[in-house]
Amino acid sequence: MNLSKAQEVIIAGFGGQGVMFAGKLIASAGMLDEKEVSWLPSYGPEMRGGTANCHVIVSDELVGSPIIVNPTTLIVLNRPSLDKFENTVLPGGILMVDTSLVDRKVSRTDIKVVEISATQLALDMGERKLGNMVILGKWIRETGLVSMETVQKALKKAVPAGKEKLIELNIKALEIGYNYN
Amino acid sequence: MSEKLLMKGNEAISEAAIQAGCRYFFGYPITPQNEIPAYMSKRMPKVNGLYLQAESEVSAINMVYGAAGAGARVMTSSSSPGISLKQEGISYIAGSELPCVIVNIVRGGPGLGGIQPAQSDYFQSVKGGGHGDYKLVVLVPSSVQEAVDMTIEAFDIADMYRMPVMILGDGLLGQMMEPVVFKSYEPRQILEKTWGTTGTEGKRKPNIINSLYIDPKDLEDKNIERFERYKYIEKNEVQVEVVDCEDVDIVLIAYGTMARVVKSAMKIAREQGYKVGVIRPLTVWPFPTEAICKVARTAKAFLTIEMSMGQMVEDVKLAVNGQKPVYFYGRTGGMVPTPNDIVEEIKKISGGEKL
Amino acid sequence: MTKAFERPKALADVQQHYCPGCTHGIIHRLVAEAMDCLDINGKTVGVAPVGCAVFAYNYFNCDMQQAAHGRAPAVATGVKRVHPDNIVFTYQGDGDLAAIGTAEMIHAAARGENITIIFVNNAIYGMTGGQMAPTTLAGQVTQTTPYGRNTQTQGYPISVCEILATIEGVAYLERVSVDNVKNIRGAKKAIEKAFRYQKEDKGFTLIEILSTCPTNWGLTPLESLDWLRDNMMPHYPLGIFKDKGEDKA
Repeated sequence: MNLSKAQEVIIAGFGGQGVMFAGKLIASAGMLDEKEVSWLPSYGPEMRGGTANCHVIVSDELVGSPIIVNPTTLIVLNRPSLDKFENTVLPGGILMVDTSLVDRKVSRTDIKVVEISATQLALDMGERKLGNMVILGKWIRETGLVSMETVQKALKKAVPAGKEKLIELNIKALEIGYNYN
Repeated sequence: MSEKLLMKGNEAISEAAIQAGCRYFFGYPITPQNEIPAYMSKRMPKVNGLYLQAESEVSAINMVYGAAGAGARVMTSSSSPGISLKQEGISYIAGSELPCVIVNIVRGGPGLGGIQPAQSDYFQSVKGGGHGDYKLVVLVPSSVQEAVDMTIEAFDIADMYRMPVMILGDGLLGQMMEPVVFKSYEPRQILEKTWGTTGTEGKRKPNIINSLYIDPKDLEDKNIERFERYKYIEKNEVQVEVVDCEDVDIVLIAYGTMARVVKSAMKIAREQGYKVGVIRPLTVWPFPTEAICKVARTAKAFLTIEMSMGQMVEDVKLAVNGQKPVYFYGRTGGMVPTPNDIVEEIKKISGGEKL
Repeated sequence: MTKAFERPKALADVQQHYCPGCTHGIIHRLVAEAMDCLDINGKTVGVAPVGCAVFAYNYFNCDMQQAAHGRAPAVATGVKRVHPDNIVFTYQGDGDLAAIGTAEMIHAAARGENITIIFVNNAIYGMTGGQMAPTTLAGQVTQTTPYGRNTQTQGYPISVCEILATIEGVAYLERVSVDNVKNIRGAKKAIEKAFRYQKEDKGFTLIEILSTCPTNWGLTPLESLDWLRDNMMPHYPLGIFKDKGEDKA
């Protein structure tokens, strides 16, 4: 993967799956690594139980448009998101699919497809809401764009005081994804 | 506070206002600016400030009028339909020569329109908006950091000239997160507010905050006096970024978040051998007429890009003043042009007869 | 020699613009006397409306802000929140308060905004030439109800005190009149009490004052006072509509 080019990541799923939070972690990790970053959420009525997505850019140069047209990575946590965004992935880019929630195969052949049953793996560890962290862990392993260490640092900053227990659980989920083959 | 923080535009604007000494905020919910009132309601009580949710935008802006008259640094925020409701109050504030900061996180219109980003409130912001002869200083940040810096400066500008200042953003700017640093800044010199309705304490004549001048001569004099001040502002407060405009064929002009897309387009176009530069107004009133006029002597054509059906393009045409052709490309209603869309326009203009 | 009568200190020494026989002049004086009594001139800020009293900012010896039509309670809210120790009042007519400014009035009351509204009800728009007001009585002839207010098509008059009495944040509501000496004295007492309540942080206070408009009613000043008694009072009964009570010393 060409690291000098901006990395443009779209994470998409249902509201409540933590796609926004996963995106924020990438952005803050990028910031901690002294990169230029932007994070842009979808907003409005579709957030209430509909599909949600965020656009994250991590770059060595100032970020131009924060809107991603052709993502270098697309992470989908549900079927509608795969249907909506599959064709936008940059040729040669990565498409990551949570196979526990997406019931069809990816049809593109000019991109790298990474399948992981993220939500199931999260369920197995007893935290069904942490599928986002499992798939994020896998993404870190696949791209090496940000280090596991930086993401964990960003996580510690993002979790409010009094909820430190969540940090451990999130890290555990990240590691499950990171070590998944 | 000089730590780098990842913040949403709306929240960063709110924090910047607090850093600038704003302790009064009056608002009303509307997407996509809801993070501003939310942030203010959480943060204001911690700094002995006031957050008040009004019953309408109309009331909110009139509370701003009251608080500004009483001498406070005060802000309100809204989005397009709500800003329309505030116009009456904005006209009174301008007419009564009061300082305040108004944030408009623009969404598509007209009417209820949509909630996605747009720049279709340009005319409303720079050409009056409400009734009567008046102006707002209108600052148009294109990044979250710039939104912070401009919000802080906005309060100084407002106090210095005793007039409302608008931060004109859009849904993109308000919703996106970027790293920001709250730098220490050098405040401008501002005269003491001896004119406020603070109570006479029996020590001075009553202060009257008013925009009514029933004698036409008085009203004309007042307006002429105000426009003298506007002239001074046009000379001294223009902010503009001119990027690589020497020896170019096409100059792209855009403001706010649109300028980011345009800069990406410029990069692509240059890689493909097109000689293009960018002019980005940071203030749309006062408008960078002089900078544009100067570049018009050497550039071959101008392309204005907006998230509207074409509003700023009129000011660009006035600035270019017939020296060179001025083209327009825009998307509206919440559609955002992509860098490639703009490159296509550059090609169209460059291809053959047009240039 | 003792001085038996003088201009209140809070009333500016200027000629007012009100029509002959109009009771605004009396009401201005009562407000100013109340300010003098409580010695609050130096810390009072008034908010002038749009309507006949639009020039009120010239008539009081205290800081004043002129407000857009109906917005005086919102403006007063802004002023008061910046300087909570000041006494802030609005002076509004029936069109300003009960038509275009209904939302501002009700929500200032709902917030228990610690301001005082002097509400002058003369059942007509005076400044614009005698159009139907929200408080115009059923059957009353105005410029825009030339056949008398028809409640079937033009609706019913609004009773402000009765509406506001249901609101928790209200500390004191009284309807008074300035049609005779006894009632004028009562009106002054009410205004003074409202200011006192504000000083004591009790919350929202409003004094509704039944007033005349000889010019637009088409009556002489004396006939107007009779008309007020015969027509307005039965519909808008005088009295206290809410009172949280005095502080026990």
